[in-house]
Amino acid sequence: MLADVIEIIVKGLVLALLLLGAGAYLTLLERIFLAWFQLRIGPNRVGPWGLLQPIADGIKLISKERFQPLGVNKFAYWLAPGISLFIALFVFSVIPFGDNVHLFGREISLRIADINVAIVFLLAFSSLAVYGIVLAGWASNDRYSLLGGLRGTAQMISYEIPMGLSVLTIILATGSLSFTDIVNAQRDHWFVWTNPVSFIIYVMTAFAETNRSPFDLPEAEHELTGGYHTEYGGLKFSIFFLSEYINILAVSSIAITLFLGGWLGPWDIPVLWFLVKLFLFVFLFVWVRATMPRFRYNQLMSFGWKVLVPIATINLIITAYFTMVR
Amino acid sequence: MMKKTLLKVLSMFSGLLIVLKYMFKKPVTISYPEKKRKLPLRSRGRHYLTKWEDNKERCVGCELCAIVCPSQAIYVKPAQNNPEDPNSHGERYASDFQINMLRCIFCGYCEEACPTGAIILGNEYELSGYDRESLIYTKDMLTEKFPGESGRDPKREI
Repeated sequence: MLADVIEIIVKGLVLALLLLGAGAYLTLLERIFLAWFQLRIGPNRVGPWGLLQPIADGIKLISKERFQPLGVNKFAYWLAPGISLFIALFVFSVIPFGDNVHLFGREISLRIADINVAIVFLLAFSSLAVYGIVLAGWASNDRYSLLGGLRGTAQMISYEIPMGLSVLTIILATGSLSFTDIVNAQRDHWFVWTNPVSFIIYVMTAFAETNRSPFDLPEAEHELTGGYHTEYGGLKFSIFFLSEYINILAVSSIAITLFLGGWLGPWDIPVLWFLVKLFLFVFLFVWVRATMPRFRYNQLMSFGWKVLVPIATINLIITAYFTMVR
Repeated sequence: MMKKTLLKVLSMFSGLLIVLKYMFKKPVTISYPEKKRKLPLRSRGRHYLTKWEDNKERCVGCELCAIVCPSQAIYVKPAQNNPEDPNSHGERYASDFQINMLRCIFCGYCEEACPTGAIILGNEYELSGYDRESLIYTKDMLTEKFPGESGRDPKREI
């Protein structure tokens, strides 16, 4: 009993620390890839191949002034970055990284929790992620932050519907909500080959959920005026920044688990294939950011409601038909 | 109608492939302190006071460069040449010649105005210093040690 608790605590700690480090180094990876796409070299001065650059950025952000603007709602203002980071990290508690391994004389499963309603859990928690943005925008006592936060929230909420619909097709294909069953059902063929439309819809909504290009208007507004993290500086801003990159890892992990066979691969090595697929997804995120201009806000909303929701619904109906017929 | 939207979607994918192609091209960045760009011969850098082949200075102290300089960065003090030991080929020479590198805009007007081709702008551009006094270049710093040190041909007419 105690051993179980210690196992979960240790797994959680390891995962959280690894994710925070991965989030920081993802910024470096993005800068390097963006530079290669633009015919330049990324940061290579700070350490060998720029490997100490995220540490330098972290030190810079931590050493900035810790301020609180006049008239903010203190509780929500200081809570909002914490909510973003917590939700981004918490999503990883159900993602399977592999089967069971034998370590220290125990059988350890390479996931923190194996709940049998994992998909519902995930959809619920990704909906909670909007709280960080809307609280930050509203608590900042700044009209531009408010508008930026509201726009980001509306975007994230409206793109959750096609996301849920595309995930529903996977549930129909396996008949189970648990991630372990979904990964095991992909041992013969991955779901990306049988449900390609769902995969494409899921990837597009994943871009919108994480506020990444081409849907990064809430993020780009701070190039123009406000945006939900205007009134945040130093460490609070770095928490928002980090939670955005960990969110990228989170939606990529969900996509890999649902569509690309999780940790399965030749010889079923537990963590390695997961990391390879994660790397490819991160590359896709950076590649799209380097290529596409961003949507205007009305184009973004009409794309979500008028294009993605009908296509996702029709896809769901067709998948349900094929599931029932077979 | 469907065909047009399909073509638009496919063009997005071809755009992605074009950007991917750029990833495999050689970057155009020059890694600066390790590699430096070779500047064209006419580039305007640090000034030099050149000499004739017989080691006499070309500068005759006419102060035309100081007059034409748009930022008034040059100070010339002319003096009479000693007939036994002349410094230049004329009657005057510049006994004091200072250029304030912080005021100089490297336009090259002094090089164009000089009648003897004394002051020329070389290719050196890494001219930083730690205080303002060190960036006022004196005549010793500006004159070349031997004819041709600045890279210009000492046999040229101007």
